Amino acid sequence: MKQKIIIALSGNPNAGKTTVFNAITGARQHIANYPGVTVEKKYGTIHHQGYEIEVVDLPGTYSLTAYSMEEIVARDFVINEKPRLVVDIVDASNLDRHLYLAVQFKELGVPLILALNMVDVAESRGIKVDPDKLSEQFGVPVVPMVARTGKGITDLLDKVVEQAPKSPEWVNAPMSYGMDIDSGLDRVSSIIEKSRFFDKKYPARWRALKCLEGDSQIIGLLKKDPDLGKSITDICDDITKHSMNTMEEETEAIIADHRYGYIAGITKKVVKRKIELRLNFSDKADKILTNRILGPIIMGFILYGIYSFTFWASELPLLWFEIFFDALKNLVATFVPSGILQSLIVSGVIDGVGGVLGFVPLIMFMFFAIAIMEDSGYMARVAYMLDRVLRWFGLHGNSVMALVVSGGISGGCAVPGVMATRILRDPKERIATLLVVPFMNCGAKLPVYAMLIGAFFTKDKARMLFILTLISWGFALFAAKLLRATVLRGPTTPFVMELPPYRAPTLRGLLIHTWERTWQYIKKAGTVILAFSVIIWAMMTFPGLSEERIQAFDQNREEVAIAFLNQQTSPRWIQDKGELKVLNQLYHGLSGEENIEPKAQRHEALLEMARAAVWLERKNGETASFEMEEKFLEAGGRFLKYRQQMTNIDNLQQQTALKGTIAGWMGTKLEYITRPLGFEYRTNVALVGGFAAKEVVISTLGTAYSLSDVDEDKTASLSEKLKKDPAWNPLQAFTLIIFTMLYVPCMATVVSIRKESSWKWATFSIFFNLLVAYGVSLVIRQGGVFLGLGG
Amino acid sequence: MKKTIKMREMLNNQKGIIKRVSATGDMGRRIREMGMVPETPIQIQGRAPLKDPVAVKIRDYVLTLRNNEAGSILVEVEENP
Repeated sequence: MKQKIIIALSGNPNAGKTTVFNAITGARQHIANYPGVTVEKKYGTIHHQGYEIEVVDLPGTYSLTAYSMEEIVARDFVINEKPRLVVDIVDASNLDRHLYLAVQFKELGVPLILALNMVDVAESRGIKVDPDKLSEQFGVPVVPMVARTGKGITDLLDKVVEQAPKSPEWVNAPMSYGMDIDSGLDRVSSIIEKSRFFDKKYPARWRALKCLEGDSQIIGLLKKDPDLGKSITDICDDITKHSMNTMEEETEAIIADHRYGYIAGITKKVVKRKIELRLNFSDKADKILTNRILGPIIMGFILYGIYSFTFWASELPLLWFEIFFDALKNLVATFVPSGILQSLIVSGVIDGVGGVLGFVPLIMFMFFAIAIMEDSGYMARVAYMLDRVLRWFGLHGNSVMALVVSGGISGGCAVPGVMATRILRDPKERIATLLVVPFMNCGAKLPVYAMLIGAFFTKDKARMLFILTLISWGFALFAAKLLRATVLRGPTTPFVMELPPYRAPTLRGLLIHTWERTWQYIKKAGTVILAFSVIIWAMMTFPGLSEERIQAFDQNREEVAIAFLNQQTSPRWIQDKGELKVLNQLYHGLSGEENIEPKAQRHEALLEMARAAVWLERKNGETASFEMEEKFLEAGGRFLKYRQQMTNIDNLQQQTALKGTIAGWMGTKLEYITRPLGFEYRTNVALVGGFAAKEVVISTLGTAYSLSDVDEDKTASLSEKLKKDPAWNPLQAFTLIIFTMLYVPCMATVVSIRKESSWKWATFSIFFNLLVAYGVSLVIRQGGVFLGLGG
Repeated sequence: MKKTIKMREMLNNQKGIIKRVSATGDMGRRIREMGMVPETPIQIQGRAPLKDPVAVKIRDYVLTLRNNEAGSILVEVEENP
């Protein structure tokens, strides 16, 4: 029987913790969320020397106070789950600060191993750390390593296995903080020990220390007992007053001072420096990359580069996905008889889920590019450079990536954008950011813009797109300012951030990073989005046309067919409807849609006719490459006219059916509200459908405007149609563009917002965006009409 | 001659020694946790394009903080840098 032990990996951000975790567990990783928070819990299992070791990757933290969600999560895990060992990864090139966390673990009493990482980087900077001496001075085992190359990983596991049986009990090593504080700590801990709330999970002295440090979470716990809370806060206030009087320092300042003093005492003995501080590679790189003038220019190029890279790299895979889903649809169409079930599978399930999954390549490459920026350390520089601008709008330097990913350079996706808000610490700044990212021009809005620009702003397409990008940034930023001044009012959080040294990312790290996030996106498509797209499909399908209406349309078709048959002069090539069907098939075969050979000799004439029809449809004033008899040409022309009539009936039926559905009914009812914007029911239906995914806007408009199947190359014909429609003009088109830009986020985004915050905010985002979209569109439309642009 | 000024008043590349951190609460704790305690040598590394935040070299790494936060840190510098 193998013995199972749990160990926790801890360390400062950028200590190489993830690299160590990846090196230990490889691909055998699992991700879960810590209960109630969005902080990810990563764990993996490995077998080593007869032990089954479960490794839990704690979030990167600088300390164990309740400053951020990550820190609370990390310390709660250690305290509640009592892992057998904590492996604290420290950066040898920056030992002082990294030991600050280790000191706190020692105070907590948890069995500890120090993994002295990046000894190679340290040495290249002339810093040499003696691991044996460090172990002797600090009193815990130390394993030197270079996690990037995998050096020392096995040593670490050996050490874990060696230490594991020894140390099931926690022995806390109290530190001295000077007489005044120490005596205060003794008083507070004795009170805590007597309390009925003392559950022995936390060492009493450690709790006392947290109280003196002003830790809100621990003080909150103690205040459950009002008397206890009172007597403890009294003592703390006492000590604070005393230290302010005698040393002119806050208690927490004295505590930090003592810890760093203790650390300095150790590092003096174990760290040898060859050279004095000099500019290292990162410092030199920052002289250029964060330069006042060059910095922003280079940043612009890099962001643009990411955008181009993503679209360039995903172009082909996107096509494969499209082909795959089309093939799937055809397969279903072959095996499932046409009717409600087929429509449900094709239009509801495959189109809905496929629409989301179809973006997987794009999102994957975007995440890959972002992972490079993060792992290399450049992301921190972007936040640093833009913090001042974003702060003015109530956001944070770290908000920038979410905005860019969502479509800040036009073409992106708000789903990963919403997920990218996780790096923001302050809940208000985070929610403000995730509420405004749907305003950015995501890839799904672009076809709508392209169609309308193509119809009404033909002269300067590129400039128009550029203007729209600026407009979306403007709305996102000002909406953020509005939110932060009202519902999300609150102070800006401090920007105290490390600029980590530049490092070449490891491929393995990048791939794991990319896959984790992509997988979360994929999971969404399979669950909530599936449900939503079925609902939207049903809304656009039911109740459908009544039997009589359908019969009326069928009757209509029948009449047209008979008229066509009777119209024939002699010889009558088409005897009956069966042969008309053959003619239709032949015509389709020739126009490249299906491949059908004439079955009978008699059908030769029909083939000629179909050939003539296809030629007539495609001719551009050329003469036929084959001999074309006049009589076939004439018959072919008539056939084309007949087909046109049939298409018109089909379209009319589709339009009538759409208007009769729930969505159509909604669209008609919505006219009361949207009339001031100039939208009539067809636009409304399209916008309702757009809630599923913004791409639906264009395909629904197509259906509603009698183009039975609007795909890429037929978008142009929708453009043409709207251009000729008297209800449409540039003002109307611009109003719709802005409305599409701003109105409800698509359901995938709403679901992500819910996941990252709550249903409350997800619902809020729907109504807030609708309100903004309506307000802005109303001003544009009515202002435009007032200025006489509506003509 | 030495004088004590606020960190936000320091020039680029100027060196100094922290004398006092007056920030309190969460921010004060965070600044200290990051190693900004009295008697620690620092050097201003640079400033963001809009002159805020400021990047400081401390304890072998680079820390950025806003001018606002840097205002609460007193640093002893040479009179004539």
